Amino acid sequence: MSKPKFAMYWAASCGGCEIAVLNIHEKILDVDAAFDVVFWPVAMDAKYADVEKMEDGEITLCLFNGGMRNDENEHIARLLRKKSKIMVSFGSCACEGCIPGLANFSSIRDVVDTAFSTITTDNPDNIRPQTSYTMPEGIITIPTLNPVLKTLDQVVDVDYYMPGCPPESHQIAAVVDLVIAALNGKAELPPKGATIGAGNSTVCDECPRTRNVKVIKEFGRIQLMHADPTLCLLEQGIPCNGPATRSGCNARCPSAGAQCIGCYGPAEGVVDYGARLISAFASVIDSDKPEEIDRILDGLVDPAGQFYRFNLAGSLLRASKAAQKG
Amino acid sequence: MTDTPETKPFEPVIIGFTCNWCSYRAADMAGISRMKYAPNVRLIRLMCSGRLDPTFVFKAFAGGADAVLVSGCHPGDCHYSTQNYKAMRRFHLMQRVLTQMGIEPGRTKLLWASAAEGQIFANEITKFVEEVRLLGPLNWNKSAAPVVPVEVPAEEVQA
Repeated sequence: MSKPKFAMYWAASCGGCEIAVLNIHEKILDVDAAFDVVFWPVAMDAKYADVEKMEDGEITLCLFNGGMRNDENEHIARLLRKKSKIMVSFGSCACEGCIPGLANFSSIRDVVDTAFSTITTDNPDNIRPQTSYTMPEGIITIPTLNPVLKTLDQVVDVDYYMPGCPPESHQIAAVVDLVIAALNGKAELPPKGATIGAGNSTVCDECPRTRNVKVIKEFGRIQLMHADPTLCLLEQGIPCNGPATRSGCNARCPSAGAQCIGCYGPAEGVVDYGARLISAFASVIDSDKPEEIDRILDGLVDPAGQFYRFNLAGSLLRASKAAQKG
Repeated sequence: MTDTPETKPFEPVIIGFTCNWCSYRAADMAGISRMKYAPNVRLIRLMCSGRLDPTFVFKAFAGGADAVLVSGCHPGDCHYSTQNYKAMRRFHLMQRVLTQMGIEPGRTKLLWASAAEGQIFANEITKFVEEVRLLGPLNWNKSAAPVVPVEVPAEEVQA
């Protein structure tokens, strides 16, 4: 009997998810023993045409990372959806847009200008890439940018979500074990639409720091302060996204002395990640006077960037007005 | 953009969140006193302005609202003692985030109204509607409006 087939793809992402998969160390041998790797552009040579030739549902497990930045991303997402039994939205980019999704704060014109006409770019003639160009040999094309970056589940149906930037390797290993056990009939897969490889609570639940329900008169930046290593960072006025962020990372950043930046995405039951953080941050402000509240809030330099660093494309509003106008 | 022909003035759709104890009763007072005011606000009653989760406001804008009104008891008069202060802190931060998203501060309004202030409530709403009318339709890109995900509880995977 032939082995079940495995695919992994990257759309708009950085490649960190692939490294996280390789970081499961010798467990990667279990993956190789249990699966035939049929498509994984970062690790092996395969062509889109090879995937197109497959039967529908022929791939058992597809880990798809990256957001939908251009029409090529969307095309491959649809193709892999058709060919895969289990489609996992893998990593923050696929689940909620992540850092590439921050482009949804700006119009696509500004995004392109930043890439091709800033002081760090040597482009005196202001040349822009053309999506289609006629050569003597024929027409050559490159993918067309979407005006706003979309998440994977805004384009195709997704079976499971695996958050994290990148997902922690021990969580990936656990999920791999679970899928292999399920294929051997020794375990059951979670219901469709579930978040796997993460906790159901918040980072605060795993955080070793002590909360004393303190309120603050000032927000500060962690690099400019001497933060107490044992106390809650938010209660010291340091913007920490723990209260709205899904658990699963063992509160790595707060344990190491840095604030949570929210890479595991919204916790169970949180519809809009930023909205939940607005409530959390507002609750530590020690003032009843509008002017003083405003002064304290001035300490949060970029609130939307703070609250939607990983989550803009997956939020209720999805993109700023500027991005919608194009 | 809107279905309205150019001859008709733009009628903004405004979602208003009121508290059970003061501002909703102010609206009631305006009603039973037969005061006339702009019909553009759809009121939603919460037990307290402190119940206002910013998610409600974001959902209203994503769903096509042109503006959102948040209304509660006067500072110091909250039925639950201090929750309207919480609403105020939240509102100030939320307004900053909305501004960064390109939703003008004029599209959100925080209004204090006691149960006896039906006239003030009616006047402020009429004023707000005119202000939003000048800002024009928001036209949040509805095709991009997401479906609220169905929560499926899952067992935590142990390493």
